[in-house]
Amino acid sequence: MNPFEDQPPSVEFDGVGFRYGRGPEILQDLRFTLQPGSFHFLSGPSGAGKTTLIRLMLLAVRPTRGLMRLFGADAGRLAGPALTATRRRMGVVFQDFRLLDHLTLYQNVALPLVVQGYEEATFRGEVLELLQWVGLDREAGTLPPTLSGGEKQRAAIARALIAKPQLILADEPTGNVDPAMARRLLHLFVELNRFGTSVVIATHDVALMDQVEASRLILADGRVYVDP
Amino acid sequence: MTRPHHPQDEPRARAPIQAFGHPGRLVPSEGGAERSLAAVIAILTFLAALVAGAAEIGLTTAASWQQALGREATIQVRPAPGRDLEADTERGAAIARATPGILSVRKVPAAEAARLLEPWLGTGADLSDLPVPRLVALALDPGRRPDLPGLAERLRAAVPPATLDTHQAWMERLSRVAVAGGALAAAIVGLVLLASAGATAFATRGVLAGHREVVEVLHLAGAEDRFVARLFARRFARLGLGGAVAGATAAGLLMLALGSLPARFGPDNDGIQGLFGAVSLGWRGYGAIAAVMLLQGVVAGQVAAAAVKRFLKATS
Ligand SMILES: Nc1ncnc2c1ncn2[C@@H]1O[C@H](COP(=O)(O)OP(=O)(O)OP(=O)(O)O)[C@@H](O)[C@H]1O
Ligand SMILES: [Mg+2]
Repeated sequence: MNPFEDQPPSVEFDGVGFRYGRGPEILQDLRFTLQPGSFHFLSGPSGAGKTTLIRLMLLAVRPTRGLMRLFGADAGRLAGPALTATRRRMGVVFQDFRLLDHLTLYQNVALPLVVQGYEEATFRGEVLELLQWVGLDREAGTLPPTLSGGEKQRAAIARALIAKPQLILADEPTGNVDPAMARRLLHLFVELNRFGTSVVIATHDVALMDQVEASRLILADGRVYVDP
Repeated sequence: MTRPHHPQDEPRARAPIQAFGHPGRLVPSEGGAERSLAAVIAILTFLAALVAGAAEIGLTTAASWQQALGREATIQVRPAPGRDLEADTERGAAIARATPGILSVRKVPAAEAARLLEPWLGTGADLSDLPVPRLVALALDPGRRPDLPGLAERLRAAVPPATLDTHQAWMERLSRVAVAGGALAAAIVGLVLLASAGATAFATRGVLAGHREVVEVLHLAGAEDRFVARLFARRFARLGLGGAVAGATAAGLLMLALGSLPARFGPDNDGIQGLFGAVSLGWRGYGAIAAVMLLQGVVAGQVAAAAVKRFLKATS
């Protein structure tokens, strides 16, 4: 039995193309579907457009042609509260973390809940628990600039997960941690996927990809190939 | 991943976990730009409030002059060859007495008229040889203005050397000056408000551009435009209102100080006080300053909110 039978695909690309400004078309004619509850690695050489593809799915940039659907809705028409609602169904780990330097790790991780209007009393325990899970409980009160790359990365992951999104987009989430921590973090994503969250992890770490049975989206020459 | 010891509240022991407190803290404060905006608004409000206060003093003074002038008129009887000045004066006074709306008629004694001329002629001048006109002072009923043109007409017919001086020309000129002064003050206040609006829009855009990254993270974390807009708009409104309150308070204190100055320099009615009666601001003057302050605060708040909205529309 497929528990997601009556749900639309999390992501649907139909002939999507994208260019930055007047530059060349970095992504061409993308055509793929991510089913709810699926687990995908997104790989491809540096500069292939992995980050750009994630920014597209995040609605940080919009397709310059083609049709993109998120949770069944035409992304080209999303605006205002509907756009915000769609973003709240996604959690993202940026390749460059994008932690807010003037907020503590605790506050950074709690950010998605705060901007959604939750009272601190309702989430304090959860945030501390998640920080402990990624090994940052002792750093909860620290500001990001004083942390190592790996610590920032784990905080960014915690922030992406805290609001229990339906789709997690992680851009090189293990690029700055040792193999043991990478395994631990990957396990976290697998665990979340088991509970129904769709996961997309952009990486060129082959060793990492070999640890999980998952389909791969391979970006090359502006096109995407799905394997299998 | 095992730690030597791992008590539950160790994080708090090492670095206190700050609660969020006010959500405004989600956006770092841009100290410099924000302080200079508050300073600019304070200065502009100070100037506008001074102008408004001064305009109020001017208008009040003009009104009291007008009231005083409107309560009196003078009949001037010139000596004419072959006529009895004293008889002409009495006839003029009698015509005035017979006019309804005139409260009292007083023939100014020749000696008093002489005293009025002292500054020009010196004391002890013998006026009996000079053709000094006689004056009849009329007190008018402010509630029931007499028919002054009619009175002038009757005087001209009955006593040709007598003329009626109603101060009408003065009053008209005074009222024109008052209107022009009031309009000028309003225009200056308007211009100052415009300048504040410009400064606020400029500063808001600058600060927002500096926080583009933070705004994007907030958006991608699921913040609604409304939420982000509130973070910034509230802050700028508070800055604007703070600047406005500071500027208006300074202007009010300055007015208060000026009002007490002449009294401190002695009771003589020379100088500023002699000219204006008093430079003290009435409650309407302080009301004008408060109105300028509120306008400034509202304008800053509205402009900041609009600038934030426009910025968010362009970025999301
Ligand atoms: N903001 C931008 N403006 C213009 N071009 C950009 C911008 N961001 C990325 N690019 C270009 O788009 C292409 C794809 O970049 P992208 O960051 O998506 O690659 P990537 O696959 O994530 O690379 P990496 O593995 O190194 O992170 C690159 O050629 C890059 O130069
Ligand atoms: Mg990248």
